[in-house]
Amino acid sequence: MKFTGLILANLLRKKIRLALTIGSFAVALFLFAFLGVVRDAFGRGADVAGADRLVIINRTSIINPIPLSYRDKILRIPGVKVITHNNWFGGVYKDEKNFFPQFVIDPENQRQVFPEFTVPDDQWNKFLADREGAIVGARTMDRFQWKIGDRIPIKTTIFGGGAWEFNIDGVYHGKLAQDDETQFWLQWDYFEERVPERVKGNVGWYVLRVNDPDQSPRVAKAIDAEFANSPYETKTETESAFAAGWVKQFGNIQFLIVTIGAVVFFTLLLVTGNTMAISVRERTPELAILKAIGFSDRSVLFFVLGESFAIALVGGVLGLLLAVGLVPVLANALNGMLPVLILSPALIAFGLLTALIVGIASGILPGIGAMRMRVVNALRRV
Amino acid sequence: MVNVEGNGKSSLIQVRDLDKKYKRGGEEIHVLQGLNLDVDKGEFVAFMGPSGSGKTTLLNLLGGLDVPTRGSITVSGDEITHMSGSKLTEWRARHVGFIFQIYNLIPVLNAFQNVELPLLLTKLSKSERLNHVETALSIVGLADRMKHFPRQLSGGQEQRVAIARAIVADPTFLLCDEPTGDLDRKSADEIMALMEELVARHHKTVLMVTHDPLVAARAQTTLHLEKGVLVEGHKRPQPIMAGGIA
Repeated sequence: MKFTGLILANLLRKKIRLALTIGSFAVALFLFAFLGVVRDAFGRGADVAGADRLVIINRTSIINPIPLSYRDKILRIPGVKVITHNNWFGGVYKDEKNFFPQFVIDPENQRQVFPEFTVPDDQWNKFLADREGAIVGARTMDRFQWKIGDRIPIKTTIFGGGAWEFNIDGVYHGKLAQDDETQFWLQWDYFEERVPERVKGNVGWYVLRVNDPDQSPRVAKAIDAEFANSPYETKTETESAFAAGWVKQFGNIQFLIVTIGAVVFFTLLLVTGNTMAISVRERTPELAILKAIGFSDRSVLFFVLGESFAIALVGGVLGLLLAVGLVPVLANALNGMLPVLILSPALIAFGLLTALIVGIASGILPGIGAMRMRVVNALRRV
Repeated sequence: MVNVEGNGKSSLIQVRDLDKKYKRGGEEIHVLQGLNLDVDKGEFVAFMGPSGSGKTTLLNLLGGLDVPTRGSITVSGDEITHMSGSKLTEWRARHVGFIFQIYNLIPVLNAFQNVELPLLLTKLSKSERLNHVETALSIVGLADRMKHFPRQLSGGQEQRVAIARAIVADPTFLLCDEPTGDLDRKSADEIMALMEELVARHHKTVLMVTHDPLVAARAQTTLHLEKGVLVEGHKRPQPIMAGGIA
């Protein structure tokens, strides 16, 4: 391109201003990528939810229990293939900052309901034979440098206090990168044995698989009808609806993040637009000369847009590279408070596209001004 | 031949009955009033007149930078007064070389790149552009300053680069608006010698606006702009020699 030299020369005429503008693009893109990663992390529960899975919770609230005795009744409802149950353990390992989710599981059916989590058979069998055993997600194992065979004390804050000791018998892995590998699973029998009398015989929630995902609404309706007007009415919904509802408990995270992202880009648009306007105004005589010697209005617009596009491209790429480098660091710093933070190629592409659109948009008004500028008037101001 | 009667038949530049009115603060200003002009190829014409007499306006109209209120301008058979904006832009690129009082070089481009600018609008290859730029800079005596940026050149040298830029695409004529107005006498003399050389040796047609009688005297013909019309002034009888009157 024979005009590349001209565009580059104009870009480099105010190096500090160029660096600051590129820097604001880079920071905005980094922030955008990070917010996007967090948004994805919150929404991932719904994304990875099994299409054939239903979650049953107490109609009043998820913190209210459901009797274990419901399990057999639910299994008798047509369409239900397999069912398991979980409890929230809510323990603390050494310090409250070391958060990771701990679930009481039903070892008999856990792997049938959650086939995406894989555990080698020998480790699983060892776990089944060990009432104090635990299966831990690979990410949490890495985080605390645990090894199979380690004995881990977890202090319970809900079930009577005191530390419970667990033997790490195995490690589970997710089949997909976005699968949550932070969980800590302990055995139902061990839990049931140690919790206070008032808690015994109650589960936190059920998760079941249906024979046919198309029948999920009918099955959910039948389950809730079965326990209507009982002391423990149920609320059954698909796993994705459950995950979305879980996220909503934190407030409208999606809206908050999208709003912050939009404000960041709008501010960037104003900052870059102002920079481009100043840059074009400073060069009015030069642009007038270009038009006088035969450069068309479109060429002048192209030069201005070319500059804003280049700023957006360089700043955007720098910001996204920064995000690629720093997202894992931030994920570690968050101590597993969020599920896996993944900077997906789709998010990178969307970020870059948005940056380029903002770049071009910021150059449009100054560019049109330059395009419409009358040479005679501009030269008179020289 | 140059005349202001409007009766030339085959002149390079033919201006007929040219009117230009401006509105300034609600008041209408009639700058040019029925102006006629014929300029043949290879002429060197200077326009003089008091400030506000319309010299620059006339130059802008001749260069297709502005449009008249009435009348016509024809250059090499092309009537430019009714051309669209984009056609006029293309026409300027092919036919007009501009030289301004304050050079108007692009400060971030070196001499070579500044002179190359008009050639970027042509289909010339990179090596052809290189040859043209080298030739133009040689003509103005700056072949050894190609890589210098405007800030590294004197005023006279900057104006020479501007002249090289004006001639590099071999335009039909050159329009010069106070080309020596920002220069000391010595530099002004050098620039005028160069202009004379362009006319005498390279057969360029030059139309120049100036306030300076000494500079105007270097042209073959001087025309005075009075009350919106041109009046013939001095005509230099002798042929121009390169390096002419100092």
